[in-house]
Amino acid sequence: MTQQKRPKKSVSFAIVGSGGAGALTAGSIVLEAAGQTGWYGMMNRSVGPQIRGGEAGALLRLANHPVDCMNAEFDLLIAIDWKNVERFSAEMPVRPGGTIIADPALGDVPEIVTRSGAEVKLVPIKDLAASVKGGRANMVAAGLAAQLIGLTEEALTEIVNARIGAKGEAAVANSLACARAGMQAAAELGLGNTLEIGDAYQQEQGRWLITGNEAVGLGAVRGGVRFAAGYPITPATEVLEWLAAALPEAGGTLVQAEDELASVNMILGASFGGRASITATSGPGLSLMIETLGLAVASEIPLVVVDVMRCGPSTGIATKSEQSDLNVAVNGFHGDAPHVVVAPISVADCLYTAQWSVYLAEAMQTPVILLSDQALGQSRVVMKRPANLSFVGKRKTYAGASADDRYLRYALTADGVSEMAIPGVTGGQHTADGLTHSVSGAPSSSGVDQQEQMDKRRRKIEDFDYGIHWGETFGEGKTVILTWGSLTAPAREAQRRLAEEGIAVKVVAPRLLAPFPHEGLEGALKDAERILVVEQSHAGQFRTYLRANTDLPGEARHFHRPGPNLIGAREITQQIKDWVNQ
Amino acid sequence: MNAPTLNAYKAKDYRSEMDPVWCPGCGDYHVLMSLTKSLAELGTPPEDIAVISGIGCSSRIPAYTNCYGFHGVHGRSLALATGLKVARPDLTVLAMSGDGDGFSIGGNHFLHACRRNIDITYVVMDNRVYGMTKGQPSPTTEPDWDSAMSPGGTGMSPFHPLVIALASGANFVAREFSGDIKSTTRTLVEAVNHPGFSFVEILSPCVTFRPDEREWKNTVHKAPVEPTDDPARAARRIMTDDGMNTGILYRGDRRPYHMQMDEPAAEAPEHLDHMFEI
Repeated sequence: MTQQKRPKKSVSFAIVGSGGAGALTAGSIVLEAAGQTGWYGMMNRSVGPQIRGGEAGALLRLANHPVDCMNAEFDLLIAIDWKNVERFSAEMPVRPGGTIIADPALGDVPEIVTRSGAEVKLVPIKDLAASVKGGRANMVAAGLAAQLIGLTEEALTEIVNARIGAKGEAAVANSLACARAGMQAAAELGLGNTLEIGDAYQQEQGRWLITGNEAVGLGAVRGGVRFAAGYPITPATEVLEWLAAALPEAGGTLVQAEDELASVNMILGASFGGRASITATSGPGLSLMIETLGLAVASEIPLVVVDVMRCGPSTGIATKSEQSDLNVAVNGFHGDAPHVVVAPISVADCLYTAQWSVYLAEAMQTPVILLSDQALGQSRVVMKRPANLSFVGKRKTYAGASADDRYLRYALTADGVSEMAIPGVTGGQHTADGLTHSVSGAPSSSGVDQQEQMDKRRRKIEDFDYGIHWGETFGEGKTVILTWGSLTAPAREAQRRLAEEGIAVKVVAPRLLAPFPHEGLEGALKDAERILVVEQSHAGQFRTYLRANTDLPGEARHFHRPGPNLIGAREITQQIKDWVNQ
Repeated sequence: MNAPTLNAYKAKDYRSEMDPVWCPGCGDYHVLMSLTKSLAELGTPPEDIAVISGIGCSSRIPAYTNCYGFHGVHGRSLALATGLKVARPDLTVLAMSGDGDGFSIGGNHFLHACRRNIDITYVVMDNRVYGMTKGQPSPTTEPDWDSAMSPGGTGMSPFHPLVIALASGANFVAREFSGDIKSTTRTLVEAVNHPGFSFVEILSPCVTFRPDEREWKNTVHKAPVEPTDDPARAARRIMTDDGMNTGILYRGDRRPYHMQMDEPAAEAPEHLDHMFEI
């Protein structure tokens, strides 16, 4: 891999308020204006379970170079109000010397926010909003942020027009008046250009603004998905909503199901009918779907299930991220049920991995579980235009009866994949079955059929050539950060910070989790002397999974905790430094 | 896909070579006969028909036909059939189930399949008992029916599938007796031909665990009325009948589900990309 140049400037800030105060809208507008300006960036959200009145924080990182993860510390925090701040202040610590902008009308800034040693600046946000007819405090906050990071009024105006133009000229004018008031107030704070991002790469055309959940949807459609069914669940719903609008444009459709048991069976039925199919859910939904995923294994029907993970167990924290569904995705099935589990390693990679998932499912006639998480799925990023991939799902199908052959749905083949007859094809009639069956599909309680069909199903998954896509390695070094999913980006950022201090670290992240990528992963780790396993799981599911499947070389350590406080680059950097300098 | 040619097929063209696992005297043999006769009468080529089921004695039926079949997990046949029919509106799709599969573990899907009103036919072979697990009460079993799992009976009111179907939005509601092959065949033909969700309950005796059901052949009787398209009239009739009335009890014109698929595009439309461009 090529080391990225030292970033010239990256600024991290948060806009917080109670749910409904518009913090997320303000953040989105600033992100989009930054994108228009030529910067890169990402925005994640920290929200409570309430639609109105809970906590809501827009977490942004903007830079003049592509960024994959949030910073562990924030340069700036703008508070529309302090309601419920104790619930999420730990997720957005302001660095010592950073800036907190608060409204004097809100009273003292809570100690939980100021204890890091950040400097408090007072701006009468509510009064400024009130000075504009119909004005809203969140747009004052957007103006404050825009001014401090160096966005122009023109950039903000363009996005406000695009976003709220439909509400009428007065709404746009009021919003812009509030934003201007915020910009003016920020200019008077005396912070100068300390938070300005600086040069934008205006020349980089064709950049995208996309969330991980949208990217999964697009990857699926690119991979050939034309049918989806789903049941609403946080934080996966946006995948379904995006597909509901997009699929009809590709001659497909989405059905809203009555529950997850129905949604997974609907996609099974559609896939049996010859259409590449997908559903998206989160942990509770995946648990409900597992029985039918076992049926998809036994009946050899391709499908893709996206699990956008959140804090568990049970309902957990529905709005916040965790990496704790690895166990159920890999091992949750009853019986011996070989299948495929994959995980994207960044928001951009959600597109790639989703498209690959469809390809894998169709090629092997197997269910594929894609493990995304809230931190990937609900993050909106400005990124470089992704390359077009060649993965398009293609199924080995039965063309129809010839003179005297008898169609065998589950024929034993060298690669384990049999020709699948799609309804409508003469001579291909068979019954897909969850019962143990013979090569023809006829139910069987024979030990021979059980052994042969299990061998066949394992063969097709384990002998498949996953190629270079099994995972990614970044850099070289005998010290390795071994992680997966959304923690890959902070691991890479830690790698960059460590490189500045002369510590060479290799980052290894498998994209393929099941079957275990022995060749790729063991090859990537073979010279390792120290391996730090990093994951967002209280139980350490990833480490258990690694140890169950391979012997890690050298010395291994484990850095992990549950969500929602995401492990960041600063902590990973510290872990490695402490170890190396011991 | 072959164009349907009327009367080109015989019942045996829809029957596979497989021997059923059912007990001698099981009503489901007659259901299989009525099914294959009705498919022959419809004249749809076997490869253009899909028979979808769940788990239980009756759910074994797909493999005994010569159609495409899916023997899925317990209780989910309607969801599977729904996905198939929406994705492949050109196919004739039947879901075939039993009273445990359809009304207990699959009860929620029954309600929503009626509401969704997709053009499929749902046949429930009702024997008022779990047969495959050797004799436990199902949702349609009488409250005082004694069994090892519920000694002295469940004490619960039996589920009334026809009322539920009607109230939930099914577009065609009928009850038949498996022993009346002629009437059942005719009703199945009408059910498949009727647009939207068609529900046919077939009283199908379990002679092994419910030998009392041998009497059904003497207690069933034709509903003494013409089918109605008025749900209120149909509801009154079904609510007040003795559960042994057979015939088509409701034939409605409720709007079928609208979101069936076109021929899918080979490639993702390019403008899906454009929506993300800055």
